Amino acid sequence: MNAPATATAQRKTQAMHKNLQAGICFWSFLMPALAGLVLFMAIPMVWGFLLSLSHAQNTIHPGHFIGARNYTDLLTDPEFLNSLWTILVFTLFIVPATFAFSLWLALAVHSIPKGKAFFRTVFFIPTAVSYAAASLIARMSFFSGTASGFANHLVGLFGMQPVQWIGTASPPWYWLVLVSVRLWLQVGFYMIIFLAALQEIPRSLYEAAALDGATGGWTVLRFITLPQLRNASVSILLLNLIAAFQAFDEFYNILGGSGSSGGNIGLARPPLVYIYNVALSSQDFGRGAAGGFIITALIVLFTLVQGRLLGFGSKEGR
Amino acid sequence: MATPMLTTPVTRRQMLKTFVFAGGALLSGCARSDYIDGKLVLTQWYHQYGEKGTFQAVHRYAREYTRVNPHIIVKVVWIPGDYGTKLATALLTPDGPDVFESTLTQAMVEAGQTAPLNDLFTSQDLADFNPRDIALNSVNGKIYGVKMIDDLGLLYYRKSMLQSAGMQPPATLDELMTLAAKLTTPQRKGLFLGNDGGITAMLNVLPWSAGADFLVNSQIVFNTPRTVLAYQKLQQLNQGGSLLMGAASDWWDPSAFTSGQAAMQWCGMWAYPAIARAVGSDLGAVIWPPLDAQGVPVTFLGGWTAMVNANRPHVEEAKKFLQWQWIQNRAIQTDWCVGYGFHVPPRLSLARTTPKLQQPVPAYAVNMLGKYGKATPPLWNAAMGSDLTNAVTNIVKLGQPAAQQVAAAADMCNRELQRELE
Repeated sequence: MNAPATATAQRKTQAMHKNLQAGICFWSFLMPALAGLVLFMAIPMVWGFLLSLSHAQNTIHPGHFIGARNYTDLLTDPEFLNSLWTILVFTLFIVPATFAFSLWLALAVHSIPKGKAFFRTVFFIPTAVSYAAASLIARMSFFSGTASGFANHLVGLFGMQPVQWIGTASPPWYWLVLVSVRLWLQVGFYMIIFLAALQEIPRSLYEAAALDGATGGWTVLRFITLPQLRNASVSILLLNLIAAFQAFDEFYNILGGSGSSGGNIGLARPPLVYIYNVALSSQDFGRGAAGGFIITALIVLFTLVQGRLLGFGSKEGR
Repeated sequence: MATPMLTTPVTRRQMLKTFVFAGGALLSGCARSDYIDGKLVLTQWYHQYGEKGTFQAVHRYAREYTRVNPHIIVKVVWIPGDYGTKLATALLTPDGPDVFESTLTQAMVEAGQTAPLNDLFTSQDLADFNPRDIALNSVNGKIYGVKMIDDLGLLYYRKSMLQSAGMQPPATLDELMTLAAKLTTPQRKGLFLGNDGGITAMLNVLPWSAGADFLVNSQIVFNTPRTVLAYQKLQQLNQGGSLLMGAASDWWDPSAFTSGQAAMQWCGMWAYPAIARAVGSDLGAVIWPPLDAQGVPVTFLGGWTAMVNANRPHVEEAKKFLQWQWIQNRAIQTDWCVGYGFHVPPRLSLARTTPKLQQPVPAYAVNMLGKYGKATPPLWNAAMGSDLTNAVTNIVKLGQPAAQQVAAAADMCNRELQRELE
């Protein structure tokens, strides 16, 4: 009478035990990643948001809440608005320039019959250089304002006076320095992505195009190569846009001079340098956090707009 | 332990033990131990001084303290690069330095970062320290810092160059501008005020030379026609083509002057030994000339201040150490002030009697610092400095109307001041 009931109960406990074990396994595999995510992403984000609503001078403890005043202070500071404008102009220039230049390099390297690996390596090597090192080389030796600087030496060969590359607003040569450093450092990286994508394009497409009478490099490029590079292009544009919005190193190291509040940085101060100064020089962590959230919102907004325009995430082809 | 894991199911208790153990190991790895071999370890931070021998000197001072106090070890941390930021960040954590050098701000005091040090001074000490150094390191009557060195700026020139140009050392800013233009050649610029055209180096000095000031009695007072005129002159100077910009190092380093890239340079007295070695008896120096007939000659009263971190467990020991090093030990104070770069000792008796400061240029500098040295009070903070710098950049580099920019900066600074005083 009793036996079947006991057996069922036993089976039930066994099943429960198994479930429990599976649960433990599941959580012990998940926990490290989850803990990392909570510890390094979720908590700092919530903490940062609370800070952005606090008057946190020389402290990182939220508590003295002042509502949205940090946000209104920032949005009424002409220098912060200037920094947003600066980064917008920079982004609108550097993203297409990087795109065009790295695509051109990739096509060139891809088309040469011999020595591909050599050129690929040569163009990729600058990616390994740090922004800080490259900025210092640009500021102190290449674009030094003295007559002995390399760029001024070249200028001197044409019989012209030494140019102050950094530090004068008219003409704003410092943009040349900033842009050339960033192009030198990042073009090689995006070139590699383009090269990988170029190798994925089936030869048969080109053969079919040739049979159909598509002649001339330009037609083939426009109707075969570029459409085939669409996915690579979209990701390069997105990565590039985010990287441009987060520009800090070359501005800080080239224009910052002796300290980040040096006079030249006022010529072109990107938002991250502004936030760095507010939070770490002025020690106003509340306003710094608020600035961080404003920039994040802008990056999300621009990424969404760009994604929508380029059809990011949609299935292949339109 | 040696049994294969797969056959023995892990119990919850075992799992918990493992986590606690791993977590504990992780945390104890992060925390800093206060003791080594039963000796208390005090951490002391310095920014990187550029002069040769400074690094060895601070380690020597630390060892000397252990010799007289065998139960304490002073661990020196020498920090290159952006010292202010690294220090400020470290002071927010429980693991910051015990003793550090910086410049006192009221915000640091209000945040409870620095320990009051009044009890370290005897009345004789107090009477012997430069009263302005004491005042600049006091907030509401409490002293929070001991000045280690006083610095000032000097305009260095070569006498022979002035002679061949038929000029005297400048007595007004206009004379300096004429001189800078005369000394400019295709290979050399007349004057070096830093790579930003003097925006940082002249930010306070020029308005001071016009008789203006910045923050007096908790009031922002720089929005005057004299300040505006001073910055307009800086813009003229920047447009004159006689300023060196884009040198490898900035105004605080003498190499643009010693290498001959600039005929004159505004630099600190700290660089005097290096400059004197390079230029010899041809060297001349004056403090910054008055803006015009209504102005005053001026230099900055700068330097570094030693403070005790109030948020460390061994504040009393740290205070004792700071007292030994920067109040009682005259040998160290003298060595630090004139052994490497040149600085004025904050102790008046040392400033008067140190032999190395009796040479013509340093003796002149010590005298001028006492008469014309100016500084901003602890209430003036980095945010105000940055608001003003932005305005001056707009005036000097972008040619925007000076009066409007100065007024806007004063508004911004008032906003910062209200925040600070709230």
